[in-house]
Amino acid sequence: MSQDLNIKVHHLTRVEGHGNIVVNMKDGVLEKAHLSIVEPPRFFEAMMKGRSFHEAAIITSRICGICSLGHQITSLVATEDALGLEISEQTELLRKLLVNGATLQSNVLHAYFLAAPDFLKVGSVFPLIATHKDVVLRALRMKRLANDIGDIVSGRAVHPITPVPGGFTRIPEKSELVELKRRLLEEALPDGIATIETMKSLAGAIPQFERETEYISLKHPDEYALYQGDIFSSDSGAQDVHNYLDVTNEFIVDHSTSKHARFNRSSYFVGALARWNNNHTQLVPEALEAAEAMGLKPNCYNPYMNTIAQVVEAVHVIFDSVRIIDTLLEKGLKNEKPNQTPTRYGRGIGSNEVPRGILFHDYTYDKKGSIVEANCIIPTGQNLANIDDDMKKLVPEIIAKSKEEITADLEMLVRAYDPCISCSVHMLDVDFIE
Amino acid sequence: MKPKVAFFDFTSCEGCQLNKLNLENDLLDILKHVEIVEFREAMDDKADAYDIAFIEGSISSPSCVERIHDIRRRSKILVALGSCAVNGGVNAMKNLQPIDEVRETVYGEDKYLFATLPAMSVSSIVKVDYEVRGCPMTQQDFLKLLVSLVLGKQAPRYDSPVCVECKLSENECLYNRGMVCLGPITRGGCDAICPSFGQFCTGCRGLLDEPNYIGMLEVMTNHGISLDEAKKRMLLFNSNEVQL
Repeated sequence: MSQDLNIKVHHLTRVEGHGNIVVNMKDGVLEKAHLSIVEPPRFFEAMMKGRSFHEAAIITSRICGICSLGHQITSLVATEDALGLEISEQTELLRKLLVNGATLQSNVLHAYFLAAPDFLKVGSVFPLIATHKDVVLRALRMKRLANDIGDIVSGRAVHPITPVPGGFTRIPEKSELVELKRRLLEEALPDGIATIETMKSLAGAIPQFERETEYISLKHPDEYALYQGDIFSSDSGAQDVHNYLDVTNEFIVDHSTSKHARFNRSSYFVGALARWNNNHTQLVPEALEAAEAMGLKPNCYNPYMNTIAQVVEAVHVIFDSVRIIDTLLEKGLKNEKPNQTPTRYGRGIGSNEVPRGILFHDYTYDKKGSIVEANCIIPTGQNLANIDDDMKKLVPEIIAKSKEEITADLEMLVRAYDPCISCSVHMLDVDFIE
Repeated sequence: MKPKVAFFDFTSCEGCQLNKLNLENDLLDILKHVEIVEFREAMDDKADAYDIAFIEGSISSPSCVERIHDIRRRSKILVALGSCAVNGGVNAMKNLQPIDEVRETVYGEDKYLFATLPAMSVSSIVKVDYEVRGCPMTQQDFLKLLVSLVLGKQAPRYDSPVCVECKLSENECLYNRGMVCLGPITRGGCDAICPSFGQFCTGCRGLLDEPNYIGMLEVMTNHGISLDEAKKRMLLFNSNEVQL
């Protein structure tokens, strides 16, 4: 490859939303390497103004179809924090089950449908139907089961219905949970184990690239944090979620309709790899074994390994979901009404780990229960600066490769983050400028 | 020859596309009858012309307008998929506020960096042949339309309120349970899924052809919310449709 390089990938495929990759090198000097976010802005924060607390989660779930459950649950937590609504133990357990289901569905979708075609050098999952039919069918089965968790517990996996402030509008039947548990053990578990084998066989296609950065995720004293906890930075430790603005420090760049974020360094990483680095000791033993089998070690500084960390989490949430169902059945399902009587008003913060990383919703309510101000900080937005920093290190390291290979490596890098651009606004094109 | 089918996303959450990937049990059968030639969320390929183009999302920026014209020129049949494409959906709530205020709320003094238009339906820019309603669109609705189109048949249009299917499902009226529900003015076809799960209808499938606004507002205000709040609830998914 010459000393001049111009790459422009317009509307990157196999990612959620619209983004372009732009790389520009002249006389061996890297002038530009970034992910440009071109998703039309959606202005959710503005649309939330004046809306009732009954509608907040309905609206914010529409930020993103893939992450709708994560937005909805985080929105509910923020509303409950602001209005002083206590929730029951059963509500919390059902929410954790839903979060597990959404994590399973999203991680499987990404690993098999969006990332695996890169490892096998095909353009999509569709050609794999002919060449790897059993693998595609397995992926579809796992996704279906994960979506069934959403359908059964929340009424609908995309834009869930039953989770509302203070609880659920419908509690699942005991028989539905018993059947879910059976399928988790008899279907999801063997499929999960087979997935580890598949990913192990593909691991050779994962580029060797490392850039140590700051890793930020939630951390919980008792469990692998997906639902609530403290904010934890690998650089500076824990702090309360109410201080999230001190961590995210959003700023606007002209190449992105999504805002960027930085904390102790010029960028930080959120998502499965950050959770793995910060909290891996809290995974179930089977997930740790899976990690070892696939070559994922603590601490891992290769962003391409994010996909492998997602598969490790898929194994974890299968076991954790069985545990949650057992607890629910043991305690007996109660037909509780949602607690929707506010005891205060003002500001509230919700934060959860959604598949792509740590998510924040921040609402201020007036005394009528209407939103005065809203702010949502999305995982992909937080990762954008980190992706740009990765590109700046990666391009000079692989400059000897052909332009096509460089483009492929860059696309694969962005996909490894499993970016969700609808969320951040929407995402991806690669521009090589020549 | 199998019809060439393509999927495009505009301003939306891509949940309708996801719902197609969530047709796990039918996906392989669908692929026997159609050829998917473009689907950015799932594949790299691109094509020049389409027999059926499915459009998700609202039109909300100058580049969206150019792109939808281009797709229309190259498509035999064009289908609006989901609430954002059919009537603007939740995106259209921003149209209720002055556009400069909206941009300032989100981007502050950098608002001029990002061009935006009011969120519009696809049919306000180009001819739309069919629509699949809902937020998200239901998989059954999508499959029904796809089968009709592949067979070369006309697809039926649903114009009864959600209440009809809600009664058929033998649900207790949510107004009796202290909720405020948009079922009476909302176009059905969803099997009243939200009320069946104990949640009020949000109006996501759009309004009936002749909605009774006055009656609806009267029912809502009689059940304890202010006129102002009642109007807002009506606008949630239908800011571009409601005429008060």
